[in-house]
Amino acid sequence: MATDSPYLLITVFLVAATGFALAPLGLAYAWARFFSPKKSGPEKNAVYECGLQSKGDAWVRFRSEYYLYGIIFLIFDVETIFLLPFAVAFTSLPVGAFIAMMVFLLLLVEGLVWAWRKGILTWS
Amino acid sequence: MHLPPLISLAAWLPDLGHDGNFALLSLIKIVGVVAVLLTMVAYAVLVERKVSAFIQDRVGPNRVALPLIGNIPVLGPFLTRLGIWQPIADGVKSFLKEDFTPNHVRKIYFWLAPAVTMIPAFLTVAVIPFGSNLNGEKMVLADLDVGILYTFGIVSLGVYGIVLAGYAANSKYPFLGGIRSSAQMISYEIAMGLSVIPVFMLVGNLNLSSVISYQADGNWIVFRQPIAFLVFLVAAFAETNRLPFDMPESETELVGGYNTEYSSMKFALFFMGEYANMITSSAMMVTLFWGGWTLPFGGFSEPATTLAGGLAHIGIFLGKVIVFMVFFIWVRWMLPRFRYDQLMDLGWRRFLPLTLANLFVTAVIMWLQAH
Repeated sequence: MATDSPYLLITVFLVAATGFALAPLGLAYAWARFFSPKKSGPEKNAVYECGLQSKGDAWVRFRSEYYLYGIIFLIFDVETIFLLPFAVAFTSLPVGAFIAMMVFLLLLVEGLVWAWRKGILTWS
Repeated sequence: MHLPPLISLAAWLPDLGHDGNFALLSLIKIVGVVAVLLTMVAYAVLVERKVSAFIQDRVGPNRVALPLIGNIPVLGPFLTRLGIWQPIADGVKSFLKEDFTPNHVRKIYFWLAPAVTMIPAFLTVAVIPFGSNLNGEKMVLADLDVGILYTFGIVSLGVYGIVLAGYAANSKYPFLGGIRSSAQMISYEIAMGLSVIPVFMLVGNLNLSSVISYQADGNWIVFRQPIAFLVFLVAAFAETNRLPFDMPESETELVGGYNTEYSSMKFALFFMGEYANMITSSAMMVTLFWGGWTLPFGGFSEPATTLAGGLAHIGIFLGKVIVFMVFFIWVRWMLPRFRYDQLMDLGWRRFLPLTLANLFVTAVIMWLQAH
């Protein structure tokens, strides 16, 4: 039966979870809008920096390492996805397929070694 | 011991037809799971405060009580002094605090971020089997064949809420907190994802219920894959931004990290999301490594045939989850914070090679055994 599909239940659960997240926000918004007194002021509206005046805007320069980690993450995350189907079926695979997968793994390890040697993984 | 026989649902439910029954049961399960999850979140906060008080030789919350509760004869003093009403007070307080949106923020994203954090925290529980069966109904919301892929897919979404919060606040501390947090979470997601692959090599199936039936009779995967479990455990701490890896909101440097500019209910949602994430990662550890709802003795290894047995399985599962929750809390008050370079070093240069080696060794041994 199509109605027994677990994905249908997940969709229902998604809607429920969205409701559980949005309902408190909606109530808080309504409360702030209609009941609570507005007490705004320059100090309260200021950017919070432990009481000091904020200098410049929020777009501070940040380290490029974050970006490099992001790229390496992408490679290894995709690898994980490829490895899962292999993991559940590999005992019945022929030798050739098994070795092919090991070579795939080796190529990724090689990428890791390259990044390591290059010093990308060292946070200085 | 005599357990009551299986009670048929059909005896007291009106006949709704197949679709109607499915809808009703799904609704009951969803409401039940969400109610248990929210209660556990609320009381995890209380346990956190009580345990921290115990470790630091303080008393902890012991004042809040409903009127007249203290007048109940024997139980009264216990019910007022243990602080068990504190979560209600906290909830009401966070709701009634002024809901302030500073002028400098990006309004839409600022409102969206708490919801985006909260939703994935809820969704992960959908595939976790929290009991064998009750009345012939499987105690899992959605028994997906690709359970673990779903889990990792949803867990990855958690990072969006934090990045969005850091970006929306348009302020230096949240920005730095958000970017630190995203780098940390993606780093440990890899360690986490690779550490569970040997588990599925052993099980031979991506379905989480199969993982549990594989572990029946005390054949818990933690004993076969201790390295995988240790990496998963540490990665779970990093993924939930808990000490010793709470760099994103290291109070002494970045105030509150990505949630610095948040207040009242919006802050409470981030807070609840963090605890819900702790509960779901505890539940994942229990499911993947510690036998899920099974116990090796007392006949709790097989799916229950009675109502009491089904309830006992749910109890066993929740008990295991609570043990891990207390462990999470205990560690927070025992260990100092790592430095950021140490954190990245551990994730990329220690755990990643370690998990790859573990994967390789497991694969070779299993393949040789099979041939």
